[in-house]
Amino acid sequence: MGSITIRNVSKTFGEAKVIPNIDLEINDGEFVVFVGPSGCGKSTLLRLIAGLEDVSGGQILIDGKDVTEAAPAERGLAMVFQSYALYPHMSVRNNIAFPLKMANMDQALINKKVEGAAKVLNLTDYLDRRPGQLSGGQRQRVAIGRAIVREPSAFLFDEPLSNLDAALRGTMRLEISDLHYQLKTTMVYVTHDQIEAMTMADKIVVLNRGNIEQVGSPLELYKSPRNLFVAGFIGSPRMNLIEGDYARSKNAKTVGIRPEHLLPSKQSGLWRGTVTVAEHLGADTFLHANVDGLGPITARVDGEFGVKHGETVYLTPDESKLHRFDDKGLALGPALTGA
Amino acid sequence: MARRITNRRKVVISLIAWSIALALFFPILWTFLTSFKTEGDAVATPPQFLFFHWTTENYIEVQARSDYFLHFFNSVVIAVGSTLIGLAIAIPAAWAMAFAPTKRTKDILMWMLSTKMMPPVGALIPIYLIFRNMGLLDSRWGLVGVLTLINLPIIVWMLYTYFKEIPGEILEAARMDGASLMKEIVYVLTPMAVPGIASTLLLNIILAWNEAFWTLNLSTSEAAPLTTFIASYSSPEGLFYAKLSAASTMAIAPILILGWFSQKQLVRGLTFGAVK
Amino acid sequence: MATFHTRSAARLMMAPSVLLLFAWMIVPLATTIYFSTLNYNLLSPGDHAFLGITNYQYFLTDPAFFDALINTLLLVGGVLFITIIGGIGFALLLDQQIYGQGIVRILAIAPFFVMPTVAALVWKNMFMNPVNGLFAYFFRLAGMEPLDWLASIPLFSIIIIVAWQWLPFATLILLTSLQSLDEEQKEAAEMDGASAFSRFIYLTLPHMARAITVVILIETIFLLSVFAEILVTTNGGPGTDSTNLTYLIYSQALLQFDIGGASAGGIVAVILANIVAIFLVRIVGKNLEA
Repeated sequence: MGSITIRNVSKTFGEAKVIPNIDLEINDGEFVVFVGPSGCGKSTLLRLIAGLEDVSGGQILIDGKDVTEAAPAERGLAMVFQSYALYPHMSVRNNIAFPLKMANMDQALINKKVEGAAKVLNLTDYLDRRPGQLSGGQRQRVAIGRAIVREPSAFLFDEPLSNLDAALRGTMRLEISDLHYQLKTTMVYVTHDQIEAMTMADKIVVLNRGNIEQVGSPLELYKSPRNLFVAGFIGSPRMNLIEGDYARSKNAKTVGIRPEHLLPSKQSGLWRGTVTVAEHLGADTFLHANVDGLGPITARVDGEFGVKHGETVYLTPDESKLHRFDDKGLALGPALTGA
Repeated sequence: MARRITNRRKVVISLIAWSIALALFFPILWTFLTSFKTEGDAVATPPQFLFFHWTTENYIEVQARSDYFLHFFNSVVIAVGSTLIGLAIAIPAAWAMAFAPTKRTKDILMWMLSTKMMPPVGALIPIYLIFRNMGLLDSRWGLVGVLTLINLPIIVWMLYTYFKEIPGEILEAARMDGASLMKEIVYVLTPMAVPGIASTLLLNIILAWNEAFWTLNLSTSEAAPLTTFIASYSSPEGLFYAKLSAASTMAIAPILILGWFSQKQLVRGLTFGAVK
Repeated sequence: MATFHTRSAARLMMAPSVLLLFAWMIVPLATTIYFSTLNYNLLSPGDHAFLGITNYQYFLTDPAFFDALINTLLLVGGVLFITIIGGIGFALLLDQQIYGQGIVRILAIAPFFVMPTVAALVWKNMFMNPVNGLFAYFFRLAGMEPLDWLASIPLFSIIIIVAWQWLPFATLILLTSLQSLDEEQKEAAEMDGASAFSRFIYLTLPHMARAITVVILIETIFLLSVFAEILVTTNGGPGTDSTNLTYLIYSQALLQFDIGGASAGGIVAVILANIVAIFLVRIVGKNLEA
């Protein structure tokens, strides 16, 4: 079991209100990702759940039990830190065994559990090394091993992949997703990287300045962002946001169109622009163009679509995929045929 | 081609640097050599550098004359004792300041530093009178107490700068793993801080060993550490260079060796972390 | 960044250090201030009459005070001058590639670990003695009359002894600072066409600025209280030629037993040291924020 309920929680550091007021329900077995720009309060929220910080107001419940006042150790959670936070003076074996020793578990049982975890994580050959002798990915796995041996009711991950290089990040993403599939334990995962959020989450919580902007599955957030912030944050490359005459013609303050929903052509189209940069990724090309009357627009086009810097390109938005926002930045619902 | 010039440059610079270093070291070397001379050789003209009659007579005589080992023992008790007591008091304080800082932590650290800057002569009179009235003059424990207090700010500061380098996340991980505050300090913080604690220990033993204001003013004979013992050679008495050298060599040798081990930490400790 | 529980534990753990240091600061200071207002001489028992600021008037108008103040400034200034200039030069040298750098460092740092009484006695007898000292031998070798260092130029001789002890300290700190200068920055400056001299002026010197300030301030704190070196070489003499403030107050208290007068002097010394201390605390404080 591992459901977490956050009720009216707020947190202030001195004068600064980091989290004004948050309500959130995390269901048992869910993979929940907190995502947002740096300073949005996502790590603070995680540390409040962990018990590493006191809440300034509100309640935190784990499996229906109020743990607001409980010490971190009493909450039955395990955490994987950004820096891995391995104990440098202990071998890998002792690192993984540490929480079990703290729980005064029988040594034979500890050995069995440590070896079991090491096997799952491919660490068996490294058990007697020190963390300093391991690569970044291996350290990451030790940190995960230390978390799983406790069989916690939920795992907390604080930007665990941000210290790894791009290739390793991709592999570890898969490993963590796979782990979740095997263990079926609740995971709460903090990241600033929306790609990690989209690829791993059952449920994404988008945070901005201590407030929840939107909660939903990755596809929900992609298809119907509730406001401009979510629209701009989720999706890569970013959604094009257009104001002015074109938006007014759609009865909105702002309209958004994702780069993948623009049809390119060399001959004709709704918008005419000049290519500033064409980023060829192989299968796709990201086309950055300066469109007359609208400014810079990004389009994601087929890799075969050959244009170069300075050439003219025509772009036509797929109007069924337009997002409309009012003057407060809130989504207005789809504009099927315009006004 | 560039390489050949670099090599010649390296030789020249090395020669200059070696000359300066040897000049700085020479008084110590000279003292060391003189300690093995006869009193006659010690004042010979021209000075005898290596080709003299080597003897260990002086060391025996220094011990026989004024019980060198008593003063050596006093120095050890005072330097090590004051440092260990200081560490016991300072480790919890440094933990608190490094890992549970409040808005006032910085002010407290600064205030501690400022007590170190009070000139000792400003406190000499009351301390002297208190010691006299309590019969603490010329007592080892009195000196241990004073030296603990004068070095406490440096100990707290050094430990603080070392503890600060230990990532707080590791202690938080221990907390998540179910360690109590005691277990967190014993199993996680202390083993990780061993290098820092060791260099703090080393540097403070050195400072306490060489402290020469309070020891000179508060001790005379029984509790006198080596600083006071050596000062007793300040009034000349016939030929005594070789004996003075022997006593001096014994007084500085242990600390010189400790000092060489602690060069790097020295910079940090004495600049309160401002230069690393 | 902690919970209520850890914060209250923290307060408890800081208490012993804070209380001890507070007592160590406030008790002697308050007592010294109190004594400084009394007519208190250990040789004349009985009542200690309240004198107000008379002790201060006597102390500050005593010609010995003025001499001691000048001597203190000369001692501090002289040693600082030698150690900073020498330290920068030597540190620049050691920062180059040289053979046996480790041994050079070990030799050069050694004087700092020599206890003050040993340093003073070795210099006094084996180097500066006008008959048997090495310097006298070299003077005679050069056909000159040997100099009685501690009698004819006592303050300068003490400056040499103290500078010998502190030059290694300055060198070591400045060298540490030099070694933390980013190699790429130097290379960038070289690519930009800066000469060795302008690299020193525009890159190295500003980088060392903080270390230099720290050396000046820390040495000043210690140099204001130079004591053992004077005690075992000249006893402040001849006359007051090598008496500094610390030694003057010591001799008033423990040689003339004038507790009141010496206490007034002690307070004056505390005030002077505090002026220096304020600057040091500022600099270290800035570093704390960084």
